[in-house]
Amino acid sequence: MWLAALAPLAYLAGCVLTDNLGANPIDFVTDTLGDWTLRMLLASLAVTPLRLLTGQAWLVTLRRLLGLFAFAYAVMHFSVWVVLDFFFDWPLMAADIVKRPYITVGMTALVLLTPLALTSTAGMVKRLGARAWRRLHRLVYVAAILGVLHYLWLAKVGVKTPWVYAAILALLLGIRIVAAVRRRASAPRAGASVEAARARWVKRRLEDTRPR
Amino acid sequence: MLIRRAPTFRSSEITDEKLYLGRRRFIAGATALGLSGGIVTDALLSELAEAAKAPQGAPLKAPRNPAFVHADPLNKIEDATSYNNFYEFGVNKDDPARLGGTLKTRPWTVKVEGLVAKPKTYDIDELLRFPLEERVYSLRCVEAWSMIIPWIGFPLSALLKQVEPTSTAKYVEFVTLHDPQQFPGQKPGFFGSSLDWPYVEGLRLDEAMHPLTLMTVGMYGQVLPNQNGAPFRVVVPWKYGFKSGKSIVRVRLTADQPKTSWEKAAPQEYGFYSNVNPTVDHPRWSQATERRIGEFRRRKTLMFNGYADQVASLYTGLDLKKHY
Ligand code: HEM
Repeated sequence: MWLAALAPLAYLAGCVLTDNLGANPIDFVTDTLGDWTLRMLLASLAVTPLRLLTGQAWLVTLRRLLGLFAFAYAVMHFSVWVVLDFFFDWPLMAADIVKRPYITVGMTALVLLTPLALTSTAGMVKRLGARAWRRLHRLVYVAAILGVLHYLWLAKVGVKTPWVYAAILALLLGIRIVAAVRRRASAPRAGASVEAARARWVKRRLEDTRPR
Repeated sequence: MLIRRAPTFRSSEITDEKLYLGRRRFIAGATALGLSGGIVTDALLSELAEAAKAPQGAPLKAPRNPAFVHADPLNKIEDATSYNNFYEFGVNKDDPARLGGTLKTRPWTVKVEGLVAKPKTYDIDELLRFPLEERVYSLRCVEAWSMIIPWIGFPLSALLKQVEPTSTAKYVEFVTLHDPQQFPGQKPGFFGSSLDWPYVEGLRLDEAMHPLTLMTVGMYGQVLPNQNGAPFRVVVPWKYGFKSGKSIVRVRLTADQPKTSWEKAAPQEYGFYSNVNPTVDHPRWSQATERRIGEFRRRKTLMFNGYADQVASLYTGLDLKKHY
């Protein structure tokens, strides 16, 4: 998993070393990192639906890694913008954040992801309490929606790729909604068992002190 | 969007391929000759010569016009031929270089029609016989990057004088070839078509008659490569790049302002005029600065892309914020 998540970076490094970044290297790097931010984010959101559909409980162990990689790519994507694109021209960047809706939502998504990354450790789950932690981490849905919106708004007319991401995100969130509705419909017994499963998962996580 | 780097190639390699095709025709011709008893006709010979002469990448010589040079150094031809916006081939920058091979630039004719006294259909070879000259222009894309490119062509005014626009003609419309067999990007995808085909661009008649407006058949001392709008395109250096229509098959003079493709696709983003203007931002990106391809830091964008001295007078009294 680590390898898969690092592959895009290796690819970029390879392009740099072989001088293969195209005529507009800064755009190329920004776009590649942006693409992988969104892909990682969607991959982390795919874990729960996949688990629900396949019943493979171990999948959940991938979720944190994918989420953290999404954040890491977002930070690099943002840094390229600050350093390479605008070269620390703060007034111009500030103007862009306020004036360009696609930058505004991208920035918001990054800001929303930050507390999630900071509270991703088992220690933080414990300190916040499972319920509050879960509630906080629902922000990832908002961040993902804003990430897709960012892409939809920055893409030129005629570029259809953002709609592919929008469709995937809609599917991933749709599965959750269906699952939630079902859960509610078959409550209280099933609901209780889901709660119990969650409690077991949190407990396992708290007991798991392996370094990560 | 995953941007794959187009395989790097030298222009000489393109030439090789096309010459190779020319050679194939030569062999086919020679075989036919053998079968028909060895009678060499002038027509056949000139046809064979034509096949070898025309292709993109072939050298095209024209004297540089010292009145149209640029203070900045030229961009590399590799960049100018690998980083292109040409939606007829696809929406990615490397699509035109990758997929350009499907466009057939011979035979090619250009209809010049509409409100003119002498409408005429020109063959591309006729157009190549206009007095050609090389001019170094800056090309500023609406996406805030720019390149310095040596084009080869002749002023549009020379063509328009031949067909004699009538007094009612106020605008010139440029129509790009519409043929999904040759332009894969014109085939609708799952989420629909990128633009409404054919691609239409336009100028006011006085803009079209301006000496800077260049009908272009070559660049960097070569016949125009397919990805750069072969075989016949317009270059309007004081406007954003998309105003310079490529692979043109029709030039029409009209009384009404043409409805251009980008205006139709997103009227709040792209106006008819689309003059390079650092003080009027595109809704999604600032036009105050640009990145010269090959440079690291952004540079300030100049009014009318640096051609204000020559063209500002065309727009006296026009509110450029409203007519963006
Ligand atoms: C979670 C947050 C974010 C996600 C998921 C994201 C995703 C993306 C994606 C998918 C692209 C398009 C790449 C392509 O065209 O192939 C992109 C481009 C871009 N993003 Fe982000 N982004 C995020 C945050 C940000 C932030 C915080 C900034 C700057 C403040 C930013 C600035 C840009 C810029 C300048 C582009 C290039 C636009 C262009 O090519 O014209 N993004 N981003």
